[in-house]
Amino acid sequence: MTSTAAASVVGQPVSRVDGPLKVAGGATYAAEFDPGPGLCHGAIVTSTVASGRIASIDTAAAEAAPGVVAVLTHRNAPVLPYHEHKGLTDPPEGERIHLLQDDRVRHQGQPVALAVAETLEEAVYAASLVRVSYRPESAVTAFSDAVAHAVPPGPRYRDRGLEGDGGRGDADAALGAAPVRIEAEYVMPRLNHNPIEPHGTVARWSEGELTLWDKTQWVDNVRAEMAAVFGLPPDRVRVVSPFVGGAFGSGLRPWANVTLAAMASRHVDRPVKVVLTRRQMFGITGYRPRSTHRVALGADRDGQLLAIRHEGVSETSTYETYAEEQLGSSEYLYACRDVATRYRVAPRNVQTPNDMRGPGKVTGVHALECAMDELAAALDMDPVELRLRNDTIVDQSTGVPFSSRSLRECYQAAGERFGWSRRNPRPGAMRDERGRLVGYGCASATWPAMRQAAEARARLLPDGSAVVSSSSSDMGPGTYTSMTQVAAETLGLPLERVRFELGDTRMPTAPVHGGSWTMASLGSAVQAACAEARRRALAEIGRADADLAAVLRQIGEPVEATVRTEPGDELRRYSAHSFGAVFAEVAVDPDLCTVRVPRLVGAYGVGRVVNPKTARSQITGGMVMGMGMALTERTEVDPRDARPVNSSLADYLVPVNADVGELDAVFVDEEDPHVNPLGVKGLGEIGTVGVAAAICNAVYHATGRRVRELPVTVERVLGAAVR
Amino acid sequence: MRSFAYLSAPDIDTALHAVSAEPNAKFLGGGTNLVDLMREEIEQPDTVIDITRLPLAEVAELPGGGVRVGALVRNSHLAAHPLIRERYPVLSQAILHGASGQLRNMATVGGNLLQRTRCVYFYDTASPCNKREPGAGCAAAEGFHRNTAVLGTSEHCLAAHPSDMCVALAALDAAVEVRSVRGVRRIPVTDFHRLPGATPHVESDLAPDELVTAVEIPPLRAAANSRYRKVRDRASYAFALVSVAAALEVEDGRVRTARLALGGVGTRPWRAREAERVLADAPATEEAFDRAAEAELAAAVGRPDNAFKIDLARRTVTAVLRRLLTTDGSTP
Ligand SMILES: Cc1cc2nc3c(=O)[nH]c(=O)nc-3n(C[C@H](O)[C@H](O)[C@H](O)COP(=O)(O)OP(=O)(O)OC[C@H]3O[C@@H](n4cnc5c(N)ncnc54)[C@H](O)[C@@H]3O)c2cc1C
Ligand code: SF4
Repeated sequence: MTSTAAASVVGQPVSRVDGPLKVAGGATYAAEFDPGPGLCHGAIVTSTVASGRIASIDTAAAEAAPGVVAVLTHRNAPVLPYHEHKGLTDPPEGERIHLLQDDRVRHQGQPVALAVAETLEEAVYAASLVRVSYRPESAVTAFSDAVAHAVPPGPRYRDRGLEGDGGRGDADAALGAAPVRIEAEYVMPRLNHNPIEPHGTVARWSEGELTLWDKTQWVDNVRAEMAAVFGLPPDRVRVVSPFVGGAFGSGLRPWANVTLAAMASRHVDRPVKVVLTRRQMFGITGYRPRSTHRVALGADRDGQLLAIRHEGVSETSTYETYAEEQLGSSEYLYACRDVATRYRVAPRNVQTPNDMRGPGKVTGVHALECAMDELAAALDMDPVELRLRNDTIVDQSTGVPFSSRSLRECYQAAGERFGWSRRNPRPGAMRDERGRLVGYGCASATWPAMRQAAEARARLLPDGSAVVSSSSSDMGPGTYTSMTQVAAETLGLPLERVRFELGDTRMPTAPVHGGSWTMASLGSAVQAACAEARRRALAEIGRADADLAAVLRQIGEPVEATVRTEPGDELRRYSAHSFGAVFAEVAVDPDLCTVRVPRLVGAYGVGRVVNPKTARSQITGGMVMGMGMALTERTEVDPRDARPVNSSLADYLVPVNADVGELDAVFVDEEDPHVNPLGVKGLGEIGTVGVAAAICNAVYHATGRRVRELPVTVERVLGAAVR
Repeated sequence: MRSFAYLSAPDIDTALHAVSAEPNAKFLGGGTNLVDLMREEIEQPDTVIDITRLPLAEVAELPGGGVRVGALVRNSHLAAHPLIRERYPVLSQAILHGASGQLRNMATVGGNLLQRTRCVYFYDTASPCNKREPGAGCAAAEGFHRNTAVLGTSEHCLAAHPSDMCVALAALDAAVEVRSVRGVRRIPVTDFHRLPGATPHVESDLAPDELVTAVEIPPLRAAANSRYRKVRDRASYAFALVSVAAALEVEDGRVRTARLALGGVGTRPWRAREAERVLADAPATEEAFDRAAEAELAAAVGRPDNAFKIDLARRTVTAVLRRLLTTDGSTP
């Protein structure tokens, strides 16, 4: 019989199985791997113009510096095949920069040389001695100039369902006829992921095979890209990435460190390590693009939405088109007959943006939910009531029903925990015991429930334990733990007897660890592989049910099953999304206009919750990220030369402990029989969505002032205080 | 990072001789600023003289009620010292408002005095910066300058002095004791840091071969009622947009003593003497506080990103003085 303890392990608040290892420093991160003797270090030299050609590059001093093994530039770097490769996380339009292959510079911070030396210090010093001069070419450096030449995302995005123009009905006519209207523009700055672990790679060639220890959310794509870049069969490349020190999307694509480490390693015939500096993290990796949104809403006097017009434009590079689904939520979040969306991308001489936690939604929902608050104010209606009045069980953008939707329940649950009923609707009317202005605000959150094909292997051992594996990643959400839970429950083994392994291209293929789809995709595969392995073991002894550990001891040799699972057509019959409601309390100093956030309360409908402990932690972490977006974070890009200027963690301000007050995240009971075998909708990203809007709306409630440009800094609130 | 020679000085004389013999040497205190700057290749000393073993880590009472603080006293130690907390609460608060616990545990008084600006272009060797490279130009003037100064700027540099501790020391009229092979001298802290003028790379009165040995704080009755207020982008671990160190003594409704210094807005820790003049013997009212702040800020020059600091500084000065009014026992 299956033990009951094991059977109920899904849904339990299990502590991270990799926690002790991480806390004790036993988890090995990419740049910590020892590739064997001869390791040398590479330091990247980066461009200092936004566009142009390298006129001269003098490496003599660098080559003569102590410890230097080689200095690679476009003049001596090996010519690489750079075969076409587009992974799911690569922009479908355009082409990546081919590193050190020519004299072209397309953005500030582009690698133009790599100094390789015996020690990191020697490499860094040698890199500082490389003298580069440029023939600058005209460049689009200011976002405002880029916007003037914004374009639709392009045909290949259209193939992916991202048109640029969308909606239904006649929004302009409906707006014109609406008795109540608001229209406003919202500005969201560029944000960098800023994981604590910088991107880094150790590369080693041996007998024509390339091994890469890399920080990534997708080992299989790193393998595929490197195979394409170096013209190798994929099976000659192995990528290992068991631990990721935070990524938030920055690990979705391989950055220059991977190619340069591999290139240099082949060139010097020794293992090479290349780690980006924090400054390079701002110039080489992607980021959430800067964007400007314009939202117009029309409603009848009872708050029924009559029209939504939502326009947005975000920055991209000149060599690739990065577009994200920023406006989709405006088409399905609420009931509304007439909707028009228009999304454009603005090419600029910068490096290509990439997905950052909640890509698109974080941006678009922010604008929409700030606008909803403005509409509520114009209607003199409670902002929660306005949302509930426009709730819908059918996705009006597609006409199909939601697989499950608990937006109303979320507002009720979170509103109650928050104490929304204590809110005095008049802005500036509430104060705390210290005399600070208090504001309450709310916003909706949404994130699509998606699923990918995935493959997992379950290997049952004679000692009654199991090793389950797939090439996934765990950049922090708790994949090691939740997959162990699913496996243990399916196998009917105690949690401690199951080990889950990930992060190696030698394992069965997992989808990219992103999109909040890992539990839906890989969880389904793990479940299926474990069920199949268990079935085989039992079949071996001809039993339908038995204690698996005893069966395995009896069999005396390993039993294995590798299973691949795929989504069916369920996501065509249903519109599947997680929904949530987030409430913020702010306290604003009436003299100095500093904004603090004593409380954030969110409730989410995400289907089944496999591990409430890691799930809560995932949501509250997302909330902190939303708080950063609201109040402190922005990457300043100098409009004169497109150079990021605050490229350090002393100047790019993420929230610190003292900024974070009470965080409360709960999940409403929700059963979704449609989405996938596990009934999970995903909760990796939704925690960030809506937070900044809730905070901005609370700032309005506290001060009577709309701050429509993020972050909400002192000077933007200054002068608004109700004294 | 360029290689350098490292010397751990066992005593003061060795340190002084070493620095006078080596033109491109740097003292190493806690290293929290110097090492960062070396990593970014902004400082490139040939020799680093570690001074942390020198016997300069004492906080001692001076005859007459002042306090002498050794240059190697760690920031966290100084902030927690009973003499400082009782006599100069503003200094203790200022230090605790700076950096993080870990940094304060490392940072020394001497290093804090000599920490360099946080102007973003100063840190990016690809940008022109007169402070880093005299004559190169100033990228901040027409670029991002939100964290630069509005007082004491020149056409050559607008960089703000980033220290919190120094703002309190300026309000308290502290003096810096420095030593070299040539002898000992004392510099008022308000003269220690220089205005940028045409030579923003010269930041202090300290000669390259001089070692800061101590800071002396004279007795000040008003300091018992003193306070530090820092306005910043996050609740902790951020440099000041505006900060105010203030001490206030009121008698019969009139200001008897007022000491004021500003941070975040000045190219050096900004002693607000103009405001103090307005406050001298003025009625202790919010209106007078406001007038004093305005007088001090009349000379301020704001630029697009930082002009808000002028209004913010006025508000902060007024808010701090108002608060001190309610905590000063002598006020009815
Ligand atoms: C992320 C971050 C945030 C920070 N935030 C703040 C903040 O909010 N407020 C704030 O005030 N500060 C802040 N700081 C700065 C911090 O206070 C300084 O780095 C620290 O005080 C420097 O002291 P140190 O002993 O480490 O100096 P070091 O780095 O050792 O030295 C700094 C300079 O002083 C010289 N020096 C040191 N001691 C002597 C001496 N006795 N005689 C002569 N020269 C000497 C060195 O040669 C060097 O040029 C922050 C720093 C960091 C890294
Ligand atoms: S303000 Fe001063 S430190 Fe900043 S760029 Fe200009 S000269 Fe350099």
